[in-house]
Amino acid sequence: MPLLLPQLPKGPYYGVLAEFATPGDLYHACERVRDAGFTRWDAHTPFPVHGLEGAMGIRRSPLPWIVLITGLTGAAFGFGLQWWVHASAYPLVISGKPYFSWPAFIPITFELGVLFAALGAVLGMLGLNRLPMHYHPLFRSKVFERVTDNAFFISIESWDPRFDPSATRKLLESLGARSVELLES
Amino acid sequence: MISERDRVALRPEQATIPPGHPWNRLPIIGAACALLGAVACAILGAANPKQFFFSWLVSLLFFLSLALGALFFVLIQYASQGGWGIVVRRIGETVFATIPVMAVLFLPLLLGLGDLYSWAAPGAAEHDALLRWKAPYLNVPFFLIRAALFFGIWSFIALLYYRGSRGQDVTGDPRMSARLRRLAGPAIIVLALTQTFASVDWIMSLSPHWYSTMFGVYFFSGSFVGFIALLSVVAVAMRRAGLLETVISTEHLHDIGKFLFAFTAFWAYIAFSQFFLIWYANLPEETFWYKARLEGSWKTVSLLLMAGHFGVPFFYLMGRAVKRRGSTLALGGAWLLAMHFVDLYWQVMPTLHPEGVRPSALDVAAFVAVGGCFVAAASWLMRRQALVPLRDPRLAESLAFENA
Repeated sequence: MPLLLPQLPKGPYYGVLAEFATPGDLYHACERVRDAGFTRWDAHTPFPVHGLEGAMGIRRSPLPWIVLITGLTGAAFGFGLQWWVHASAYPLVISGKPYFSWPAFIPITFELGVLFAALGAVLGMLGLNRLPMHYHPLFRSKVFERVTDNAFFISIESWDPRFDPSATRKLLESLGARSVELLES
Repeated sequence: MISERDRVALRPEQATIPPGHPWNRLPIIGAACALLGAVACAILGAANPKQFFFSWLVSLLFFLSLALGALFFVLIQYASQGGWGIVVRRIGETVFATIPVMAVLFLPLLLGLGDLYSWAAPGAAEHDALLRWKAPYLNVPFFLIRAALFFGIWSFIALLYYRGSRGQDVTGDPRMSARLRRLAGPAIIVLALTQTFASVDWIMSLSPHWYSTMFGVYFFSGSFVGFIALLSVVAVAMRRAGLLETVISTEHLHDIGKFLFAFTAFWAYIAFSQFFLIWYANLPEETFWYKARLEGSWKTVSLLLMAGHFGVPFFYLMGRAVKRRGSTLALGGAWLLAMHFVDLYWQVMPTLHPEGVRPSALDVAAFVAVGGCFVAAASWLMRRQALVPLRDPRLAESLAFENA
């Protein structure tokens, strides 16, 4: 079930984890990591840091497109189902109206459109975040336990094309990291 | 070192129309249009008074509904303590400050009540049991009292908020914001009730046998879409004209676009719900109103409303980029403004022309006359005031606003 239990790529290392003392240090380090051309990396903070997505150079999520497509699919499914049932599979005269009375189909069409769009939003969000993931190599790190408390981290993954165990470590140290560690897979 | 406060504060000259700016001529242009339209109405209307009253009613309802939408917009900004919209609030305040002008423009209709409303014609109730039964509400004196009450209440709320906000430009007193915030909740309730009854009186009673319990909210939904559409056009036009260029940002346009998108869907929800229940129940005393609009050329207008007031703008405004670019947002706003006019035309005109759509030169003349007064009044106020509430306590928050 690869869809339900996403796997990280295989490799001897997961990557490097660098700890920063303040949100400001983290913010500026993110800008430098972004400018160095890394693509497979993330920042971890105990609270939202305003503007960090810009400093990290994160592109807009494709989630709206997933929601649009699932929503339209749901609406088409709801409309098509009623059309098929009322006009073809089981035609019944209801309050003297034609079999295909489209205004009567609108509420269900609308509801199924909303339902599918909502499911698309939740499942799409989980999928894009590669969730649910029951274990993550970052949990090997002792200092990373403070990520929900008072510490700020950058993790760069080893399958990033620009990753090099010693050069990446040096880069993060030069950006003012308080500590840098190499994590196994 | 520049402090946060100095950085965001607006100098008054950044938020006023500079001398010599083309927008200074708008009051004259508006007044000229109003005069031209009024003369055309007088000449054409003398030959066809009935058409004049109906055309005048549609145009008056159009501009009045924009002003009422503006009033609701500003009231919810206060009630919700909204931050983002402070920079565009003065546009709304200027629009609803025209309500007293609309009250004056309502007066010509009083000459044609019998032409407009079949229940107001002398002897109408004599052979009509239903009209006799409705007569305690639908009679001319009570109609006039109600109209006076509606315009009185709206003008009172409008001037209270307009003067409060203008006064704060001078005093900078943050207690004024708190006071207007406390009053906003009750004012919204009063506005909702008066707007509902006004729509029943002025539009629904054109077919005095017909009734729809959703009609008030239908009128409200249209008026709010109309104002937000106007707001998007005016905000973009101001930026293009070099006014508030650095004040109204892409982020504000984006939020106006979100409002426009959301209330386009809301209008469709209400419009369809009203139609749907009547269509499904299929009671003759309710269906005839829609039947008249689903026959002949009025059916084309009904389909145009479905596609043009909902289908097309809904998908057009869905994307983020469309809302964040001035040209595309203003195009959507201008289109929806036109559709709002079509919506009101479609509600009113089948009473006069049940046989089909009959566009008249008086439609244009009345629109130019009422619209000219509207533009003249609003732009005259704009020249005399700052274009943003300069000393609102939330102005800094609004200037720095960013969508997440």
